[in-house]
Amino acid sequence: MTDRPIAATAHEVEHVRKRERRFLFSPWHLVLIPIAIAMLIPLVWMLVTSVQTLNETRQYPPTLVPHSIQWHNYSDVLRLAPFGRWFLNTTIVTVTVVIGNLLFCSLAGYAFARIKFFGREVVFVLVLATLMIPFQVVMIPTFLIVRRLGLIDTLGALIVPNLAGAFGIFLLRQFFRTLPVELEEAARIDGASRIGVLFKIVLPLSGPALATLAVITFLWTWNDFLWPLITIYSPSNYTLQLGLTTFQGAHATITNLLMAANVMSMIPVLLLFFVAQRYFIRGIATTGLKG
Amino acid sequence: MQARKVLQSDHVTGWALAFPAVFLIVIFGIVPIIWSAILSFQRTNLIAPPVWVGLENYRALPKDPLFKTSVAHSIVYTVLFVPVSVAGGLFTAVALNRKIRGVRFYRTAVFVPVVVSTIATAIMFLWLFDPNFGLANWLLGKVGLGPYGFFDSVNGALYSIVGMTVWGWIGFDVIIYLAALQGIPQELVEAAEIDGAGKWGLFRSVTVPLLGPATLFLVVWSTINALQLFDEVYFLTHGGPGTATYVVVFYLYNLAFSQGIAGYAAAMAYVLFAAILALTVVQLLIGKRTVYYAS
Repeated sequence: MTDRPIAATAHEVEHVRKRERRFLFSPWHLVLIPIAIAMLIPLVWMLVTSVQTLNETRQYPPTLVPHSIQWHNYSDVLRLAPFGRWFLNTTIVTVTVVIGNLLFCSLAGYAFARIKFFGREVVFVLVLATLMIPFQVVMIPTFLIVRRLGLIDTLGALIVPNLAGAFGIFLLRQFFRTLPVELEEAARIDGASRIGVLFKIVLPLSGPALATLAVITFLWTWNDFLWPLITIYSPSNYTLQLGLTTFQGAHATITNLLMAANVMSMIPVLLLFFVAQRYFIRGIATTGLKG
Repeated sequence: MQARKVLQSDHVTGWALAFPAVFLIVIFGIVPIIWSAILSFQRTNLIAPPVWVGLENYRALPKDPLFKTSVAHSIVYTVLFVPVSVAGGLFTAVALNRKIRGVRFYRTAVFVPVVVSTIATAIMFLWLFDPNFGLANWLLGKVGLGPYGFFDSVNGALYSIVGMTVWGWIGFDVIIYLAALQGIPQELVEAAEIDGAGKWGLFRSVTVPLLGPATLFLVVWSTINALQLFDEVYFLTHGGPGTATYVVVFYLYNLAFSQGIAGYAAAMAYVLFAAILALTVVQLLIGKRTVYYAS
């Protein structure tokens, strides 16, 4: 076995590889097709139900193919609930939080990566410690602080506490440290300020890290439920996730409209997923975050 | 001249750049940790002035039957969710880690639920698992099973939540495992093949040990998240039917924000934190003795 010529073995391996590539059918399809079906059924069934009539949703066995496609279910949702308002609220909160994180975490991440300032190590450890605390431990006092600031039942309650986070600082600091420091030093010698170096040299080189942070923050903010549940009371200030829950309560039996609302609530994250799939995967693979 | 020099010094610039983020993290991250510890020694409804009660909240916990029920449900949920999602993720990732037709489609199908919110997932499964009109009962009926009550059934509600959350999380495990699988050196696989290792032997003796760090990470991370289950329970069952799906965080939320028993809830949050921390340390210690790090 071991005294066979290496060349022949390497040739053999190459041959096997080629054969595998040629025969694209593999028994693994028999495993993967059922998995894919199981993963897609809930989504497809939601889409199908969202264009059914109310009558069709109340039949058993279920109506697998609607007799005619009820696109107006989607506009009915916008008419029956302040869905547009919730969509707008969620967009305002998410976009502001993403921008805040990109800005504040860039500034802090750069300071922690490159500038030796008094107390840097201690502060950095403190910041990282907050990553390990479960949200349930801090949510009651955070609620009290946000109430003291007069932000309860405003979008500010959802924005202000989340404008910067340990996750973003850590992610960007790690990335900044991989950049060649010579470029920055050269610019400093030419008289550029720290801020100038950050914005003109470091950030333009940090596209992938910034995209990863933006995408993960977007996902997390858009999908958040517990914190809005605690801090928002008026339906006009609801986010989509809150709005969806009342939809279920108030219109318990209008399944087709609930599904249409659900589809619409997912469109932005799904779009982002398909456009920026690379950054989603990277963000999850390197940091392990899901809302 | 002197003032200019101080302004340009690294201490000032460093602090100026770090300050906005650090300030926010101190106010909304560090202060609440300490405040929460103080709250756990008080009786407070978040409105009237708090009363200092020492360890009373912590002493009351083991005598609270609903707390014990919630802990039991959280443990059952975690013990089911973690192995099922991690093993399922490993199996799916191994299946996806090959160049076959349509593999991009399969991957997308598995990844998409990762970006779907907990509430949107719950809404889909509420309909899928509807006892009267749901597709799940109809499909199960085709193979002679059911009908089931799913979220409406005392015996099935918690298991239905396990099934639903595995659907939502498995793509996360697959992403981590695929990244780890692609990091396995091809020479190692070839060497094992040359030494006559069969497919199963290769998987057991080469692939699984090399995936150790990914498995450890997923077990730790899934456990932390499983013990914090809330959104799905709040939306789907509100802890019911009866108390069949009462879990720790749902009980804690109810105490603090519906019943105004915030000091007790804070004590419960700290106990949860201690449990999570202890479990994580134990898992990491076991991992240290069993996980093989290639580099």
